Amino acid sequence: MPSNRPAPQVLDEEFLIIRAKVLEVAAALDRLDRGAGELAAEPRHAKLRQAIELLLDDQPGRAERLQLLFSREYEPDWRAAMGVGREDGE
Amino acid sequence: MDYIDPHIHMVSRTTDDYRTLAQMGCVAVSEPAFWAGYDRGSVDGFRDYFEQLTGFEPKRAGWYGLQHYTWLCINAKEAEDVALSREVIAMIPEFLGRPGVLGIGEIGLNKNTRNEATVFLEHVDLATRTDELILIHTPHLEDKHQGTRMILDMLTGDSRINRGRVLIDHVEEHTIRPVREAGFWAGMTLYPTSKCTPERACDMVEMYGPDQLMVNSAGDWGPSKPTAVPDFILEMRRRGHEESLIRRVVYENPLEFFGQCERFEFTPR
Repeated sequence: MPSNRPAPQVLDEEFLIIRAKVLEVAAALDRLDRGAGELAAEPRHAKLRQAIELLLDDQPGRAERLQLLFSREYEPDWRAAMGVGREDGE
Repeated sequence: MDYIDPHIHMVSRTTDDYRTLAQMGCVAVSEPAFWAGYDRGSVDGFRDYFEQLTGFEPKRAGWYGLQHYTWLCINAKEAEDVALSREVIAMIPEFLGRPGVLGIGEIGLNKNTRNEATVFLEHVDLATRTDELILIHTPHLEDKHQGTRMILDMLTGDSRINRGRVLIDHVEEHTIRPVREAGFWAGMTLYPTSKCTPERACDMVEMYGPDQLMVNSAGDWGPSKPTAVPDFILEMRRRGHEESLIRRVVYENPLEFFGQCERFEFTPR
């Protein structure tokens, strides 16, 4: 079910929208810079920098990868660690 | 275009919102049981809430020609009180036979705790014993990926579960794939600042196709827009998608999923 719009058309229709969103990010980063105090030790600030760098790579699935960047890690053995029921309905 | 909002908390909305939904083309709503913004103190608080969901809300919706359906549970935010949760789960069967009750929901996880998982499993056990559909809430923001994977672990670990009778809601780009690949229905929730925008929901329809996929507003007492589904319809049209594809996502898919419940009596207009 791909988009039926050619890429140049998507760019025509969405350039101003994307431009506005990028400008919002730029202004928000400027706002952080103008605030008093340091953010060097703040992990959320580092995450934002990582996220912005991710946008610039040429790999697909940026939205999915960005979501995972902002997500807690999944531990496959969580049931044993938490002691939550056995499988198959128990 | 006629559409169905498969997840909207109308007890939190005004009667004017029902009118607006009707004016926008909404013909039916499905309302999962939800957190009231505070923790209820007793099983009787839930009994009164279920009376409202199964009695007054269908009547209020009917004033504007909307059909109202509902789901019953104690939500994940209140599941930390396991004793109260067990009282509510034991009381739910009193209401399961009422017209318009579609099943158990929205159950799920919030902060992905042991108690939440325990209460989730006990709801799932009730649903399987009573052969009810299940509607599932997945956590917010940084907890969503971990919580969705935990929910999938619990569901796929139970051989009694018919995956085509389970809707996992609030999927986003990082959770839609595992939900769909495991054979469950998926719901995309359109929220102003968290969850999904209409544009990103359209992207996911384009990437994953319309099978077993729905879109909802989850309109509630917080920042939310009850007419978000029409925003999705408009964005799909703006991109040139066919009316048949849009109708499949916003009308036919909810009918197909809800139609698995014998109490779902829908009258097309």
